[in-house]
Amino acid sequence: MASHPLDGHPAHLEHHFVSSEQQFDAAKMGMWLFLITEILLFSGMFVLYTVYRSWHPEVFALVSEVLDWRMGGFNTLVLLASSFTVALGIHYAQKNDNRKLIINLVLTLIFALIFLVVKYFEYTGKFAHGIYPGAAFDPHGIVDGLDYAKYNVPYAAQFFSIYFVMTGIHAFHVIVGIGVFIWITLRASRGEFSAAYYTPVELTGLYWHLVDIIWIFLFPLLYLI
Amino acid sequence: MSATAQDASINFLNYDKSLKSWLFTKDHKRIGLMYLVAVSIAFLAGGILALLVRLELLGPGETIMGPDQYNQSFTLHAVLMVFAFIIPAVPAVFGNFVLPLQLGAKDVAFPKLNLASFYIYLIGVVIAMSALLVGRIDGGWTFYAPYSERVGDSILYVTTGVFVMGFSSILTGLNFIVTVHKMRAPGLTWNRLPLFVWSIYATAIVQVLATPVIGITMVLLFLERFLSIGIFDPALGGDPVLFQHFFWFYSHPAVYIMILPAFGIVSDLIGTFSRHRVSGYLFVALSSVAIAFLGFLVWGHHMFVSGQSATSSIVFSLLTYLIGIPTGVKVLNWVTTLYKGSISYKTPMLYALMFLFTFSIGGFTGVMVGVLGIDIHLHDTYFVVAHFHYVMMGGSVIAGLGALHYWWPKMTGRMYNERLGKIAATLVFFGFNLTFFPQFIMGSRGMPRRYYDYLPEFQQMHQLSTYGSWVLGVGLFMILGYLLMSLKTGKKAPSNPWGALTLEWTHTTPLPHPHNFTQTPVVVRGPYDYHLVPEMFENAAEDGSVKSVHDVSQPAS
Amino acid sequence: MGDQSTGWLPDPMSTFAGEVDTLFYFTLYVSTIIFVAVMAAMVYFGIRYRRRSETEVPEFVRESRILETTWVVVPTILVMIVFTWGFKVFVDLQTAPPDSYEITVRGAQWFWEFQYDTGVTSANELYVPVNRPIKLRMTGSDVLHSFFIPAFRVKMDVIPNRYTSVWFEAIEIGTYQVFCTEYCGTNHSAMLATVHVVSQEDFDAWMVAQDQDLPPAELGERLFRQYTCVVCHVDTSVGPNLAGIFGSERELTDGSTVIADEDYLLESIVNPSAKVSSGYGLQMPATFGTMSQKQLDGLIAYIKTL
Repeated sequence: MASHPLDGHPAHLEHHFVSSEQQFDAAKMGMWLFLITEILLFSGMFVLYTVYRSWHPEVFALVSEVLDWRMGGFNTLVLLASSFTVALGIHYAQKNDNRKLIINLVLTLIFALIFLVVKYFEYTGKFAHGIYPGAAFDPHGIVDGLDYAKYNVPYAAQFFSIYFVMTGIHAFHVIVGIGVFIWITLRASRGEFSAAYYTPVELTGLYWHLVDIIWIFLFPLLYLI
Repeated sequence: MSATAQDASINFLNYDKSLKSWLFTKDHKRIGLMYLVAVSIAFLAGGILALLVRLELLGPGETIMGPDQYNQSFTLHAVLMVFAFIIPAVPAVFGNFVLPLQLGAKDVAFPKLNLASFYIYLIGVVIAMSALLVGRIDGGWTFYAPYSERVGDSILYVTTGVFVMGFSSILTGLNFIVTVHKMRAPGLTWNRLPLFVWSIYATAIVQVLATPVIGITMVLLFLERFLSIGIFDPALGGDPVLFQHFFWFYSHPAVYIMILPAFGIVSDLIGTFSRHRVSGYLFVALSSVAIAFLGFLVWGHHMFVSGQSATSSIVFSLLTYLIGIPTGVKVLNWVTTLYKGSISYKTPMLYALMFLFTFSIGGFTGVMVGVLGIDIHLHDTYFVVAHFHYVMMGGSVIAGLGALHYWWPKMTGRMYNERLGKIAATLVFFGFNLTFFPQFIMGSRGMPRRYYDYLPEFQQMHQLSTYGSWVLGVGLFMILGYLLMSLKTGKKAPSNPWGALTLEWTHTTPLPHPHNFTQTPVVVRGPYDYHLVPEMFENAAEDGSVKSVHDVSQPAS
Repeated sequence: MGDQSTGWLPDPMSTFAGEVDTLFYFTLYVSTIIFVAVMAAMVYFGIRYRRRSETEVPEFVRESRILETTWVVVPTILVMIVFTWGFKVFVDLQTAPPDSYEITVRGAQWFWEFQYDTGVTSANELYVPVNRPIKLRMTGSDVLHSFFIPAFRVKMDVIPNRYTSVWFEAIEIGTYQVFCTEYCGTNHSAMLATVHVVSQEDFDAWMVAQDQDLPPAELGERLFRQYTCVVCHVDTSVGPNLAGIFGSERELTDGSTVIADEDYLLESIVNPSAKVSSGYGLQMPATFGTMSQKQLDGLIAYIKTL
């Protein structure tokens, strides 16, 4: 019987759920669990960072000055702004204001792209002076009066390996986020979301906050201390 | 909707027999069966490799293969058995098939994700195995750096494959946790959950919390081989002991992914076949969850001789007992469940009792290798190999066989030959013990593991072990044979052949389509409260089956 | 290879092996007693309460709090005893007496090298005086290994770029087996060594004898055996058989050929990946590059005689 939607059965409600509330609660709980796995994934890398930093604190303090705190700081602001716009988006979805929802989703997308562009310039700036992850690590050249050759000390390569792995995996999450936001924006432009059903917007928002929070930890650990 | 709305002759197996309807199904029951086929193939492949490894060890020196082939065989055996078979086996096969039924739900919370998990698992296996095309899989399932990184580019495929399989495991666990929380039938409170549900729930917690760590470990190992990032390889300034910490932080909890479901199965089997409430229900249920969390604190007991600090070894040893004690108490609870019960010796029950025997040996020897002073001697010897197999095979696989025999009628609608079942169970029992018990003895005498060649004084024990593997092999192939046969010639299964009280037995066999239950069941008592429903058994058939009653879990009125 | 007992453990041959054994057997016997008791209960219940009729439904049995408390408390006490005991033994195993005689151990694919305070080195043959604490300072040169002497109940992983250590005091003159117990590749199971426990006088005499100059070919013959070259190049076909190799023409994996003269042999020992014989994989580790010139001369002199 239930293979045919019953009268008054909303289109978004899947057959095996009893009610929209049950479906929403289940989706939200699933998302939270997924976020926990993401946190654990990054925890592994934070542990790695902590271990190597505690073994070679002076090396880490020295070579972290290569990272430009201005670029990192700017990116932090960009991500914070994007978290704000996504929260606004959810707010307008709840208010049934589809136009403002779309505007905020597009803004979030733009911020995410800015983040990646800055990241691109940071990475290429490093590569230009031989700062690669792993065996290819060979710092050289003079930037802002700093001779990069002085960073060619043991375990500096480990710092940059960790830097590239952590920020790389984080950037991968940003790229995935962009893909999801494009999809959500398209669905929003078809008017699929309303106060009655905005689960995908909410879940994407949760994911995006996590991406933001992880960066907030990455930034001081890698750039500042 | 009424009970007659569904055509009784249409069931989940025959509503659409096309291959496409299977490959794209979102039905948890069909996905469970597809997993059953997939993990059985992995088990078969891993098992054949095990037989070859044992055959090579029949005598010292070269028997049937050279050292490199041998090393690759045991590695491939372990990788297949651990990652492709035992981790997905019970949760994904029986968890998928049984969990929603026992909850009175129409499906798992996320059916599409469930199907995706299955294909992600398959892709993971294919990627890992494609390593064989580019080189060799070597270094054991533990992938200890730096050896694993020196083997060749094949490690890139293995790490990617394990990473992908891990993703599948995470999604399955996530799905089950949400299902247990959100999809329970009315009246099915937490203290009325079947113990199988509790154990799958505990397992799912471990899957979700531990697997991301092996994920990042595999990523780092991959990058180290690919870019030489210098995290683990001492030649690049890395630290190999750090790899072991990362690896065991996942892999010790992963042992609980493998064994916790077995606890649930055995509880259900012993409850059903002794028609008795499982003694210490709440303890058995909650200790599974407690073990799931405590399992994260003991990884260092794999590393007593690795060069980690003495203090950490002492702490890890102490914490290990925190897990050992509740596990031991569970065994006592199962045994006391038998007290004043009504015990029936059907094939599944034989496996449950067999489990108590083999798993107890695995547990006691686990205490022995957890003792610091003794482990120094036993570490990396056959004693550990035997302990591991007593827990994994004697625990998880034996319980899994019990589950397979228990739920087979529900899964396929057919009964297997009970006599053949008992013969095979006996062969498995004796074969298993003959294979692995001698390994305790030679291990304590100093025989190291992963040895292609050995000193003559170990030959007697190796021979016994190899003979045992043949008996075990015959038993397992026999099971494969009569189960496949039952699909063609088996008797049609009654809806409740064992007289069980949990919800999956309250409906027709095979289960109907499209919904598991024609009406939402309402649960009014615990899963093993036989003493509350004596009337159910007044007309029990000779074979112990009872009439399927839709309202066994509903108010009698 | 030492006395192999027919019981669970090999005969204890170091000062603390006996203590380890007492703990092992205590745990084993206590476990066995509990195991047998639990299984006996299972069998008894299984027979006593077997189902007699398919219609019977047993009564509800109330759980006994006393029983449950007992079986939590008693095992807890038992494992705490075992833990404390194991802890004590572990501390003994970790703490070498300050007057220990130190020997440096290097684990490499696939041999053990021992260096004594006099500068003498030996491969796969460890000589130690009896009744004297010995501390092994161990490191590796390629992958992980683990140094295991069953008769002494000692084991420790050997890690590149880091020192680990074990100590023991042998109590009886004899020879004892050493195993590598961390998987390290093709010849992991052939990475064996022997401990010769000898009297102090014999130990000193052996040490003096090591300093004597042997003719190069004889030195080479001994090294060929000690460094287990013999395993791959004679016993199995992992590497090419070296009989008559000197002066012959060798086909290489890249299709070119080379005459196996002294230079080629030397290069193949210290840098085996440079010119690999056709039909063989690159199985030979580069760990022999650390040999002294005298040792290399000896090896080549010996290979020429094959």
